[in-house]
Formats: sequence, structure tokens, C-alpha cells
Amino acid sequence: MTRARLLAFCAALFCALAASHAFAIDPLEFKDRAQEVRFQNLTKQLRCLVCQNQDLADSDADLARDLRRQVFDMMQAGETDAEIKQYLVARYNDFVLYDPPLKPGTWLLWFAPFALLGAGALALGVILRRRTRTAAVVAETDSGEDW
Amino acid sequence: MIGRLLPLAVFAALVGLLLFGIQWNLHHEMTDVPSPLIDKPVPDFSLPLLNDPTKLVTRKDLLGKPYLLNVFGSWCPTCQEEHPILSSQIKPLGLRLIGLDWRDPPEAGQQWLRQFGNPYETVLNDASGSAGVDFGVYGAPETFLVDAKGIIRYKRTGMLTHENIQTELLPAIRKLGAAP
Repeated sequence: MTRARLLAFCAALFCALAASHAFAIDPLEFKDRAQEVRFQNLTKQLRCLVCQNQDLADSDADLARDLRRQVFDMMQAGETDAEIKQYLVARYNDFVLYDPPLKPGTWLLWFAPFALLGAGALALGVILRRRTRTAAVVAETDSGEDW
Repeated sequence: MIGRLLPLAVFAALVGLLLFGIQWNLHHEMTDVPSPLIDKPVPDFSLPLLNDPTKLVTRKDLLGKPYLLNVFGSWCPTCQEEHPILSSQIKPLGLRLIGLDWRDPPEAGQQWLRQFGNPYETVLNDASGSAGVDFGVYGAPETFLVDAKGIIRYKRTGMLTHENIQTELLPAIRKLGAAP
């Protein structure tokens, strides 16, 4: 590894480490530790819509900062997590939630894996049973044969 | 025989699913979040005029005729790219064009419009971005088509282009029973 490459690697590593510690940099004045934990938990469940693979807690986008502020203000006003989520969903769609809610439109999403697993198990069962049956038939004819 | 064909059929179904996924991604913008506000009333707002912060405009002031609400900001390069299209292709439609200067200090918005021209009938200023949150704005430029009763009928996230004006915006306007 050349010196320049090594330097670049270290720089990348440093950025990665710095990024992992850089969340929630806005100066928000929490009432107590419990509220701060609640805030961190809630913003981790919400998606930043600008950089869609980041959650609100992690994102440094301006919009994420606005939304964190909004979540914070609503929390101070005594609203529950569910009310805050409802507020955001009404404006930004279910997409803002990392966990898609269970409703008719998302049944396929939630249940398809189980349905596929069930279908696989059923197919396996049928094949196995058929195979043991043919094996039994073969065994019977085998035993009947006179050597 | 059927036992032999079954794995092939499953494989073909899987290939079909993956091809469908690729097709879907080619024709849909993954960043395009469908707005839950379509067919809902415009959220309540009270915003100052960009050029005169003492005058407030509310949702009710804009009722009566359909309008387009275009969200922009002087900090937004795509808005600059979209800007000439507003003058050349949107203004001739004869719809009221309302600007919403989003997350922008008023001076910056004013300066920007002086520099690039002002295609808007009215420009509102949302310096804090709170009205933007109520509109579910997440990336400028965004454009809302609002009917005479104040119901949002169409939303475009991102730049208006000749193509999406023809294929999406114009049909939505025709549905209102208004101009062209």
C-alpha cells in the first residue's frame, strides 16, 4: 500500500467514525434524560425523506433538522409518540416510518414471506410423502421377488 | 414429468419477479414519495408576502380560482434550473402561479427573483420551513395544483419538465375543468 493510499484509507476510516458519533447535534434542551432517550428512540424509527436510507436521528439534512425540531416541540407540548407519528404520516405518508404499519395495503408485504414459507413446507411434505410411498412400493415388489 | 418441470417453473417465476422489479425501478422514481395530501384540502397557513412581511396571506385568501403553488428556495440549484420553465411553459397556461420561498431568508429570495426574474403572481415566504412541513415538502422544487375549493389535486416533487407538464400536469388541469 502506498503512502497516499494509506492516508486516504485513514481519512475514510476517520470520516466513518466521526459520522457514527455525529448524530443529534442540534442544541435541544431536554427536560430530563428519559425524554432524551425517548427522542432518540422515536427519531430512529422515522425516515429522513431527503436521504432516504438514513433515519431522522442520523441525518444531517436541513429537512431532518426541521423535522427533529418538530418532533421535539411536539414532545414538549406533551404529545405521545403515536400522535407525533400520526402527524408526520399525514404529511409524508407511511414512507416516513421505517416499520410499515399493518393494513390491507401492506398485507402482501407482511404475510407473503410466511405464505411462501408455508407453500414451501407443503411442497416439501407432498414430495417426501410421495417418495416414501414409492420407496415402500419398491420395497414390497423387492421382497416379493424371488432370487 | 411434472416433478421435473416444477423447479423450472419456480425459477421462471422468480426471473419474472426480478425483471418486473427492474422494470418498475426504471419507470418509477424511488425518491418520489406519493403525497397523502392529494384530494385533501391545503393545510392551514398564514405566511408573509416575500416583498412585504407586514402582509399575511392565508389559505382562505387563495380560494375561488385554481392555482399552482411552486415551492422554491434561492439555495436550491434545481429550482434555478426549473425557473425558466415556469416563465415559458407554466405562465402561458393562465393559471395563477403562487411561489413559496421555502427555508430562505426573505432578502435571499428577493435577490434571487431580481436576478432571475419573477414569474409568480404572489410570492410567500416560509423562512422557518414550518409551512413546508405542513405541506409535506421534502425537497424543492415541488409544485402543487390546487383547485378553486382549495383541494390539492396534483403534486410534483422535483423539477417541472416539458415531459411531465404534458403527461401529468396538463391532464390534471383539464380534470379541473379550467384553462386549456
